Amino acid sequence: MDESVAESFESLDKQAHAVRLGMWVFLASEILFFSGLFALYAAYRTEHPGGFAIGVENNTIVHGSINTAVLLTSSYTVALAVHELRRGRSRRAVTLLAVTLALGACFLGIKAAEYAEHFTRGIYPGGHGRFFDTHAQAGTKMFFTLYFCMTGLHAVHVMVGMIVLAVLLGRVGRGRVVAASSYALAAGAIYWHFVDLVWIFLWPLFYLVPGSGR
Amino acid sequence: MNWLRLLLYLPPEGSTYAAGIDRLHFAVIGTTLLGATFVFLLAVYFLLRHPRRVEGELTQPLRTPWPVELLVVVGLQTAFLAFWVVGAIQYDHVMTPPRDGLRVYVTAKQWMWKFGYPGGHSSIDVLTVPAGRNIVLVMTSRDVIHSFYVPAFRLKQDVVPGRYQTAWFRSDLPGTYDLECAEFCGTGHSTMLGKVRVLPAADYARWLEGAPTLPAADAPGADGDLVASGRDVAVRRGCLQCHSLDGQAGVGPSWARLYRSSVALAGGRSVVADEAYLTRSMMEPQADVVDGYRAVMPTYRGVLAQPEVAALVEFIEALGSAPLSPSVTLPRVVPEEEGRPQEPKP
Amino acid sequence: MTTSDAGALSIPHGTSARDTPTYLGIAKTVRSWALTTDHKRIGVLYLFTTVFALFLGGLFALILRIEHLTPTRTIVDAYTYDRLFTMHGIVMVWLFMIPSIPAAFGNFLVPIMIGAKDVAFPRLNLLSYYIYVTGSIWVLVALWMGGCDTGWTFYTPYSAHSPSAVVPTVLGIFVLGWSTIATGVNFIVTIHTMRARGMGWFRMPLFVWSMYGVSVIQVLATPVLAISVSIVGLDHWLDWGLFDPSRGGDPVLYQHLFWFYSHPAVYIMILPAMGVISEVVPTFSHHAPASYDAIAYSTLGIAFVGFLTWGHHMFVAGISLFDAAAFGVLSMLVAIFSAIKVFTWVLTMRGGSIVLRTPLIYFFAFLFLFVFGGMTGVAVATQSLDVHWHDTYFVVAHFHFIMVGGTLTAWLAALHYWFPKMTGRMYPEGWGIASAVLVLVGFVMTFFPQFLLGNAGMPRRYYNYDPRFQPLMVISTVGSWLLGLAMVVTLSYLVVSLFVGKRAGDNPWDSRSYEWYTASPPPTHNFTSEPAFVLGPYDYASPFPGLPRAGVDADAPEAPPPPRRS
Repeated sequence: MDESVAESFESLDKQAHAVRLGMWVFLASEILFFSGLFALYAAYRTEHPGGFAIGVENNTIVHGSINTAVLLTSSYTVALAVHELRRGRSRRAVTLLAVTLALGACFLGIKAAEYAEHFTRGIYPGGHGRFFDTHAQAGTKMFFTLYFCMTGLHAVHVMVGMIVLAVLLGRVGRGRVVAASSYALAAGAIYWHFVDLVWIFLWPLFYLVPGSGR
Repeated sequence: MNWLRLLLYLPPEGSTYAAGIDRLHFAVIGTTLLGATFVFLLAVYFLLRHPRRVEGELTQPLRTPWPVELLVVVGLQTAFLAFWVVGAIQYDHVMTPPRDGLRVYVTAKQWMWKFGYPGGHSSIDVLTVPAGRNIVLVMTSRDVIHSFYVPAFRLKQDVVPGRYQTAWFRSDLPGTYDLECAEFCGTGHSTMLGKVRVLPAADYARWLEGAPTLPAADAPGADGDLVASGRDVAVRRGCLQCHSLDGQAGVGPSWARLYRSSVALAGGRSVVADEAYLTRSMMEPQADVVDGYRAVMPTYRGVLAQPEVAALVEFIEALGSAPLSPSVTLPRVVPEEEGRPQEPKP
Repeated sequence: MTTSDAGALSIPHGTSARDTPTYLGIAKTVRSWALTTDHKRIGVLYLFTTVFALFLGGLFALILRIEHLTPTRTIVDAYTYDRLFTMHGIVMVWLFMIPSIPAAFGNFLVPIMIGAKDVAFPRLNLLSYYIYVTGSIWVLVALWMGGCDTGWTFYTPYSAHSPSAVVPTVLGIFVLGWSTIATGVNFIVTIHTMRARGMGWFRMPLFVWSMYGVSVIQVLATPVLAISVSIVGLDHWLDWGLFDPSRGGDPVLYQHLFWFYSHPAVYIMILPAMGVISEVVPTFSHHAPASYDAIAYSTLGIAFVGFLTWGHHMFVAGISLFDAAAFGVLSMLVAIFSAIKVFTWVLTMRGGSIVLRTPLIYFFAFLFLFVFGGMTGVAVATQSLDVHWHDTYFVVAHFHFIMVGGTLTAWLAALHYWFPKMTGRMYPEGWGIASAVLVLVGFVMTFFPQFLLGNAGMPRRYYNYDPRFQPLMVISTVGSWLLGLAMVVTLSYLVVSLFVGKRAGDNPWDSRSYEWYTASPPPTHNFTSEPAFVLGPYDYASPFPGLPRAGVDADAPEAPPPPRRS
């Protein structure tokens, strides 16, 4: 039943420790990956407070907030899935993972609708599009370029997280990952939490806080 | 010291600060060479002193006495910090333009240097300056990053598009010095060469009279008096909606007597309102916000052309010394309660 | 001591080891190499691939040097010259220097040194190799499309508008970054979780410490490079203008992001070299390091402070006086850690029993070049001097002293030191010493004149140069030929030794470090039984306990107790 311990490890304990540590170290790397863009955002927002404020006001706060709720709920369901798997209730874990995946897909759907809306208004990255004929501030162009970069990169991470969770769902469903090897699911869940956490920062930066720029 | 300079292939010391930098250079390189040689010879000594006599012989670990360790760490760190202190002081001197400089506006582009003088002259690739006077360069680029490098002056400053960088020098030694671009800027990088011609004061005055005024549209001062065109720019670009010329505080601080004054910034710092500060405040207005004002000015990076910036700087300087002419009526704006600028009323 | 005649290889292992084939002998098909998860085989794959990169980058360098024989056009035009120096930098930095020691020797040695069967994630390890190959292929695609001409630093706004193949190049670097990160994560986890029973952190061989430090830098710095070059790629490809000043962007911000990676990357390149030296010196001095702790802690110190010094690349880019001073003093701080290491290595030789072999010759070369290069690093970190030297040949000479004089000589030392470990055969000592001397001579001849050129005010990346610099340029070019010759000679005799080299025995250097506690070459799972590291990794006060084997004492000649040095 249990997934066998990989050849390189002496015990399951050690392997679980290694997988968890590996995920955390990888997440440290991921944080710095995003941090480059956050640094750009910080620098450019400081230089163009007005332009960024216009940008924030032209994003739909409802979309961002619904997406926040969706992602936070998915974090809850994936945490529950780990919890249930640890108690040996694999079927429940599978259901919860499916819910998590559905919520992830829902997030991506809303995001796609939002992008579509931006495109119809003529907002494209790089300051291209007719929206910027009337909003010619450099800061607004920069805001939307960063918006597409950061939410796009985040969406890629959501997709990767969904693939990881889908693979884990399959393994839990086939009984390859069980209570004793729940660390594998836990590692996937940590990654999913990280993806949520990034969004928690993107939400205020792009939807909530226009700032004192105007 | 001259033999040392020649030994190290250093060019002549053309600027007033070059000699000091060279002395530090000799000290640092001397220490470097001695240090590397000492360490290497020490290793060779141990190699000769402790050769293997028998295959597989055993050795006892030797703990290095702690005073030796301490001496190495503290001694080296002291030397390094000494380099740093002297180097940082010299750097601050080189990077801080003096108050009484003769300004020249430098525009770099692939692959040429353009120089604009306040009197309206301009030149390409040859910068002509008087000996014995401080020269302040206000530099920007029109395309990619270049770097203004005069080896004989030990002076280098990157010239960045969208930014205004200042550099200064004083040469007491008339002559012609090489000017090179030091930041890779494309295929013609190695041909982006120029000269700095330092003339004795009398020759300079003579040159100034007959200096060619190039009709280049983008050279600062091409349309004559920079101060007058600076006033036009200030009106056209809406600067005067927030900045007064008569000392009254508006949305932004007044320009009257601003030039070269000490400005208290939010956060307790203070700066001297020199060319670097003025140009930086146009490009990065949030970097140094004047105390008591709100950080509401948008950046003018990509908005103001180089000649406009030059004209504004000259205009602000003129406001600093000359008494204000009462005949000039300029649009002035009382801020709304939110502090938003509004259109001037007719 | 082991016997070294050819027949001895299979005998001393006794009955238990005789049945265990080496990692090389267990399978010989192409498939068994291409799909291997054995860290040793992956290390060897990396070694061969990086050697290919070294010769490719070296070829570019030779063409560049030939071009500089005359002050104007010699063999290539200016645009080709620009693309050549860019591709030279990119190939040497990302394809050779960064993986050369960590991914090849680190992969091979770290698990053995800590007594593990393999790295923590063997499949990830193989994946990271293929990611590296994919990234390298993109760089080759860029080369095929004509190459990239921006310099390896991709400074914007030039890189956003360059007519050359910027996008495939940055894509390649982006992909290579993930390979580096995967290797780094793997090493950190391996070192944390897979050390043999009873092996505390301060009983690890020092090479493992350097691999740990370098992995931390790889994991934390590389992603910032990945995102920065991605943005450059987007600016170039889709005209997004994130660093475009005419759209409110700031090119200097790119420099901050780039050097936040690329200064630590210098330590990615030099820390592994320091790790190699920390193994070579005790082995050939037959003596414990003067201070194990000093080397271990200074490794961590470099890894940490190395993140805080990037601004010293930007002294003339327009940073504030305060920033410049802060980055200046922190740069002085990081130098002290390297100095501690250097003195520790030299003092390790005091009271030792030193035997001069090729790896130790390379240590002496390393010592002079690295100390001189490092001290010129202190010189260029001195702010007012950097104003003159920045972007001149002085800087080129300085970092080649570190990168080539430091890393390449250490890499060559590693190649000779662990050659018997990896192949079970010996390289020819005479050829080794001769080519080591040739490397040193060729290197100094190539790069020492460049210090003087920089002093004289010759900017780097200049296609045409002032004719008065020609004598120095010609000396430098001739030196590069010697260096190239030395590399070809080294490669040749090592390849020949692979097949006809003398059998080396298990521990030809009589080292105490833990990779020698198993057969050379090692079996697939490194140890035939649970390894018992009875001595410290640098305990030269006791005789080597030998490999765990049955009945070997009967075969061995009567060994007198080893002589002790008073």
